Amino acid sequence: MIKIDSISKKFGKLQVLNSTTVEFKKGECIALIGPNGCGKTTLIKSILGMVIPDSGDVLVNNTSIKNNYLYRNGIGYMPQIGRYPENMNIGQVLDMIKNIRKYENQLDEELLHSYKIKDLLNKKMRTLSGGTTQKISAVIAFLFNPDVLILDEPTAGLDPLASEILKEKILKEKNNGKLIIITSHLLSELDELVTRIVFMQEGKIKFNKNAIELKEETQMVSIAKAITHILKASINE
Amino acid sequence: MNRLIKFVMLDIIKNKTILGYTLLLSAFAWSIFGLEDNSTKGVLTLLNIMLLIVPLVSIIFSTIYIYNSSEFIDLMVSQPVKRNKIWISLYIGLCLAQISAFIVGVGVPLLLFVPLNIALSMMAVGCMISIIFIAIAFFASAITHDKSKGIGISIMLWLYFALLFDGIVLFILFQFADYPIEHIMVGITMLSPIDMARILILLQLDVSALLGYTGAIFNDFFGTILGALISSIVLLLWAILPFYISLRIFNKKDL
Repeated sequence: MIKIDSISKKFGKLQVLNSTTVEFKKGECIALIGPNGCGKTTLIKSILGMVIPDSGDVLVNNTSIKNNYLYRNGIGYMPQIGRYPENMNIGQVLDMIKNIRKYENQLDEELLHSYKIKDLLNKKMRTLSGGTTQKISAVIAFLFNPDVLILDEPTAGLDPLASEILKEKILKEKNNGKLIIITSHLLSELDELVTRIVFMQEGKIKFNKNAIELKEETQMVSIAKAITHILKASINE
Repeated sequence: MNRLIKFVMLDIIKNKTILGYTLLLSAFAWSIFGLEDNSTKGVLTLLNIMLLIVPLVSIIFSTIYIYNSSEFIDLMVSQPVKRNKIWISLYIGLCLAQISAFIVGVGVPLLLFVPLNIALSMMAVGCMISIIFIAIAFFASAITHDKSKGIGISIMLWLYFALLFDGIVLFILFQFADYPIEHIMVGITMLSPIDMARILILLQLDVSALLGYTGAIFNDFFGTILGALISSIVLLLWAILPFYISLRIFNKKDL
């Protein structure tokens, strides 16, 4: 569904992505993990066309995303830090995005209801707390029933209740056969969701393994423990 | 595209600055024509004020507005919208807002006090100058990520076009007074949209004494009609080129 074909990106002297190649298939739930600054967000932004790679290509449904924008109709993106026009209120932002998407089917307003956003529609974006802004980002990401969901640190900043609601929603969409890509540092949160782990380091894919296989190989009960096991092993080497 | 332009327009109208700008312009225009009964003199005074204020407000307001729209741009880039469209919509939105401010502020008194053909060309020149300096603002904000640097570049560019350019022209003139540099001077004049605009109006007012050195050469060189035509084309190029360069940069920018 999404194929990343040896993309490289330099920011000044810093090589953020170093001919990264990886493929994501429909129905998978992928955890993209790695230390800070390893290129996770840059990889995600290259899929969205927000960052333009120096070389290589990204294929979505077998078509290159270069000079193409319609493919973004099928992607819901929840940024790490949502930035919204400050003098608009929540209702206006939602209306604007609906207006631009021209989506004709039934909108998925489940999160809108469970987060009770309807009561906040008149609040200005600049007055919102970080957590509420995250909720808005989540609502927008799921609103148009996209085939691909890209969630950059989705639960960071959310309270436990909101984060539980989001996790249930992600699980539900995963069972609907959508491709879900999550980056997170909270490995314990990913346990029930994830089917595949992609570990990045210094702009390269260090390993890319099925979650069940990973647990079996390392003989650990949870993904979090399995990964710490591998990391310790690699440091000792 | 239309939807995006609508959002930009509504956002600018909500901003009080553009209203203040309209009031400022109309205060100048009404007081000039109220105090001066010779309409040609009035037009000249207004022209000088206009050529100072309109570029300044256009370039500074637009630069700040573009930087403040970075959230809007970020949001739109992750949606199924062409990058070109986002940038062009911002440009058209800003142009429409500032042109309307100019026409309401200066256009009304011009139509009331000044012969129609001169009033119309004053309005056309004012609109062109607005568009040109908005285009330069887009250029300044495309070349740097840093807001304060971008505004700094804008102020420097305004200073250069509004004040320094004349100084440089005079300097060249005195230094090379012994050589036949008239033709080169015509070319150099085209490097400043403000001078082009001034010449375009003065050619029609028939006050050749006020044309200044470059204006006189221009008049002599091209004659009134061809001169007006060429200066209009140059002005048009000034509106298109900086924006086109900024569009190229924006399309390759990482957000």
